[in-house]
Amino acid sequence: MHNFNYHRAADVADAAAKLTATEDPKLLAGGMTLLPTLKNRLAAPSDLIDLAAISDLKGISVESGEVVVRAMTPHAVVAASAEVQKALPALAQLAGNIGDPAVRHRGTIGGSVANSDPAADYPAACVGLDATIVTSQRKIAADDFFVGLFETALEPSEIITEVRFQIPDRAYYMKFRHPASGYAVVGVMVAQFGAKVRVAVTGAGPCVFRVAEMEAALEKSFAPASVANIHVSAEQLMGDIHCSAAYRAHLITVYARRAVEAMVG
Amino acid sequence: MGEFGIGQPVRRKEDVRLLTGGGEFTDDINLEAQVYAAFVRSPHANAKITAIDTLAARSMDGVIAVYTGQDLVDAGMGVMINDASYTNRSGKPMNKPSRRIMPVDQTRFVGECLAMVIADTPAQARDAAEAVEIDYDVLPAIASTAHGLDKDAPHVWPEFGENLVVHWEYGDQADVEAKLAASHTRVRVDLVNNRLIVSPMEPRSAAAEYDAATGSLTVYTPSQGGRRLQMTLARALLKMAPEKVRIISRDTGGGFGIRSKMYPETAMVAFAARALARPVKWRGDRSETFVSDYHGRDQINIAEMGLDANGRASVLKVETLLNVGAYLSENGVRLPMEGGGRIIPCVYDIPNFYFSVKPMFTNTICTDTYRGAGRPEANYIMERLMDAGAKALGLSREEIRRRNFITQEQMPYKTHLGFTIDSGDFDGTMQMALDAAKWDSFEARRAESAARGKLRGIGLSTFIEGAGSRPVEGMRMRFEEDGHVTLFAGTYSHGQGHATVYAQLVNEFLGVDFDKVKLIDGDTATSPETSNGTFGSRSSMVGGMGVKRASEAIIAKGRKIAAHLLQTDAERVVFEGGVFRAQSSSVTLAEVAAASRDAKKIPEGMALGLDESVVFENDVENFPNGAHVCELEIDPETGMLEILNYVAVDDCGVVLNPFIVHGQVYGGVLQGVGQALTENVVYDADGQLLSASYMDYGMPRAAHMPMIEALFNVVPAKTNELGVKGAGEAGACGAPPAILSAVGDALSRLGVSHIDMPLTPERVWRAIQEASIVKAA
Repeated sequence: MHNFNYHRAADVADAAAKLTATEDPKLLAGGMTLLPTLKNRLAAPSDLIDLAAISDLKGISVESGEVVVRAMTPHAVVAASAEVQKALPALAQLAGNIGDPAVRHRGTIGGSVANSDPAADYPAACVGLDATIVTSQRKIAADDFFVGLFETALEPSEIITEVRFQIPDRAYYMKFRHPASGYAVVGVMVAQFGAKVRVAVTGAGPCVFRVAEMEAALEKSFAPASVANIHVSAEQLMGDIHCSAAYRAHLITVYARRAVEAMVG
Repeated sequence: MGEFGIGQPVRRKEDVRLLTGGGEFTDDINLEAQVYAAFVRSPHANAKITAIDTLAARSMDGVIAVYTGQDLVDAGMGVMINDASYTNRSGKPMNKPSRRIMPVDQTRFVGECLAMVIADTPAQARDAAEAVEIDYDVLPAIASTAHGLDKDAPHVWPEFGENLVVHWEYGDQADVEAKLAASHTRVRVDLVNNRLIVSPMEPRSAAAEYDAATGSLTVYTPSQGGRRLQMTLARALLKMAPEKVRIISRDTGGGFGIRSKMYPETAMVAFAARALARPVKWRGDRSETFVSDYHGRDQINIAEMGLDANGRASVLKVETLLNVGAYLSENGVRLPMEGGGRIIPCVYDIPNFYFSVKPMFTNTICTDTYRGAGRPEANYIMERLMDAGAKALGLSREEIRRRNFITQEQMPYKTHLGFTIDSGDFDGTMQMALDAAKWDSFEARRAESAARGKLRGIGLSTFIEGAGSRPVEGMRMRFEEDGHVTLFAGTYSHGQGHATVYAQLVNEFLGVDFDKVKLIDGDTATSPETSNGTFGSRSSMVGGMGVKRASEAIIAKGRKIAAHLLQTDAERVVFEGGVFRAQSSSVTLAEVAAASRDAKKIPEGMALGLDESVVFENDVENFPNGAHVCELEIDPETGMLEILNYVAVDDCGVVLNPFIVHGQVYGGVLQGVGQALTENVVYDADGQLLSASYMDYGMPRAAHMPMIEALFNVVPAKTNELGVKGAGEAGACGAPPAILSAVGDALSRLGVSHIDMPLTPERVWRAIQEASIVKAA
């Protein structure tokens, strides 16, 4: 780890001010990605601005048709929330299967979403559940938020304050874990909002993406068979020494179908 | 047999201390005024070093010294040891490069140490290490075992004109090939035994201090016993008298074979402590452990077996390629040969055998001993051949084994490579495993899985080991005034539970309370002169027999003292349960021990004290063996595999503590599961390690651990009085072939004829895909 200046932000405005006032700052949320990166000396920010003390960045509420999760809420809190379990069980279930217990108690939704790790789970929830990412400056639709590999629509001075998930009629998330890292190789969120269906895939591509062909097929007929033969091209997908792009493409079809199977029971 | 005697499932003495943070690992050692080492490691797999500029690093805050390979040469440091000596059949000696502690003009693998920085803090040392500038002339590299001997492969050592270390052979090739050709049925398997990262929980570390006044050096490091490290470090590397070098390992977080070796970093930390006359400490991080700890396995085997119409195998041919890495490590090159490969053809009586081994250099970290050290590889070859033979002849997998086992009537059985198996009930052991696993009713379970769309398979392996190599070991027993007994062992417990088992033995032989026996090991200042350490499942025999021999000598001495106290003849004194008796009178061992300190209370001419120091020496190893059955289910859509049932039956002779042996079985099986399912070292074509962290290297997790039913078929060894056979490596031998046998069973109906480890989901899925394409066509 290289040296850096540590700041504990008092509130969001203070954090935003420090973000612009320092040379090469990084926001510290749960630190589940940032701290290992620093320890391995793969990043050397001049300043770390810790958001942990900002109490209004924590908490969950269910409002008219939305589950609102404040940015610094740990995954374990989302998973254990009776409100979330009741209003949007797929979100609680997704949060409860992120990483391991240590990660779920330290890692936060804001940190995960801001990082846009291609293998993270929350991006599939954001896009699949038509979420809005609320920042210190504006509201961004999840569809516009995730731009690429570790890349989002966030401006350098912008801080995520909450994520607002639309409550669907029903939704289901399934993932295939990486044999080494345990991250999602393919994670599929299927959500039905009246006549509309969203299918969001994380893990397989450089960032989360929707599968329009599956959505259209499910909107026509919400049944496992509708997606069983829809194949995503492997060309835009990623591969590594364990799971090739072709295998990931295959798993998207299998997991989308299984998610629908689980939903129609 | 008391509550704490031989065979009792006594809970480990060590665990409360270790589980409550009481362990003392090398990083827990902090020496007064210590400074810190950091290493500059090669980013290239093969490159000429054209310049090393340490000026910037030397001028940084807190930096005390920077050393390069040339500095070590100039200081008169020696070279790494390797005592392998093989000759090609042509008479040409093996290619044997010398390995400097750090190279001077060429680097040969990614992660090789090229410079060492010493600074006041670990962070300063790391910062300065990053500032050392090295100019490289990057050369083409070779990492692949399959292509290491290709004509156009770059040569790791151009002076040899080849990457081949030696072509080692056993048997008559022409004769074996003729017999294979004449066989009724001939089967062949081509196997990859995947390279593994050993991953002890404790990273490699060292802390050293030098006392200039006495010229003595103390080195703290994880190990598997310090005596051999002491000899190597003193004699070969530092050129010091061994008695001036002390190696201390308090606790060691996992050995698995690779912690028994002397590594360059340890030697350099010791060197720096001496050169600077200041304590120096280094704790490797996990990334360094990946790139610089020796790796395990990495063989390619092509094996053929000839059988008659009845399924009797009479001829065997095995050709092995071994990737030894860039240099010769201490033991790596021996493993497929007489080191571990010697047990082929394993538990089977196969009269004709040709065996060829070609170790090769590549631009990778060296391979060396890893749990089983050549025996898991040997058993894997043989078991895959047996399954192939069963399939070719339409025999069941258990029946072909039964027809080829070495029988108890054939024992002692002299093997091809010249050792003698004294005991073992291979058929009975296999039958126990089959019965426990409900082998005969498997088809119903297969049908039940099929109804759920799953492919279920059951697999079988049998195996044998050679345990207790170098069977010479010292043991010292001391009686303390407070009634405690202290053992000083040459073995070194780095997880095995020796403090528990040796105390059971002292309790058994001398009747001393289990809680009053203390073990001291891991320190060359106090361990017996004859001390080889702990490796190769040897300590139950060599350490256990040491306790027995010492106890016998103590009883003999004690009888004389007791006779003197009881005013009778020693011949009339019997010793039982800690008490010496002569007719109605008696005296306890504790009383005898107390008396032994008083010249007035012992027979005239007898030396004071009951303490004993013995060296146990055996001329043979022992041969643990066993049978495993694995039942699993595969999701054909994803290739995901789940182990549903696992039975391990071990013949490790007399079981000293079943609780501890079960632990060994569970750990060994899980490491075998890792090799079979998840673990694989991958280098790219340039020799960069792609599986360089747990993000990419698949360590097995708790979820991979099956419920294991561990059973014993006790056949006492005839070659040591305790009747023990080693137990540490059996699990890692039995698991890979049992799992592969089960997967073969699950997939064979689809027409899948071959699959290699590790059985990652994609690999299994692809095998299914390819088979169905072939079927459809």
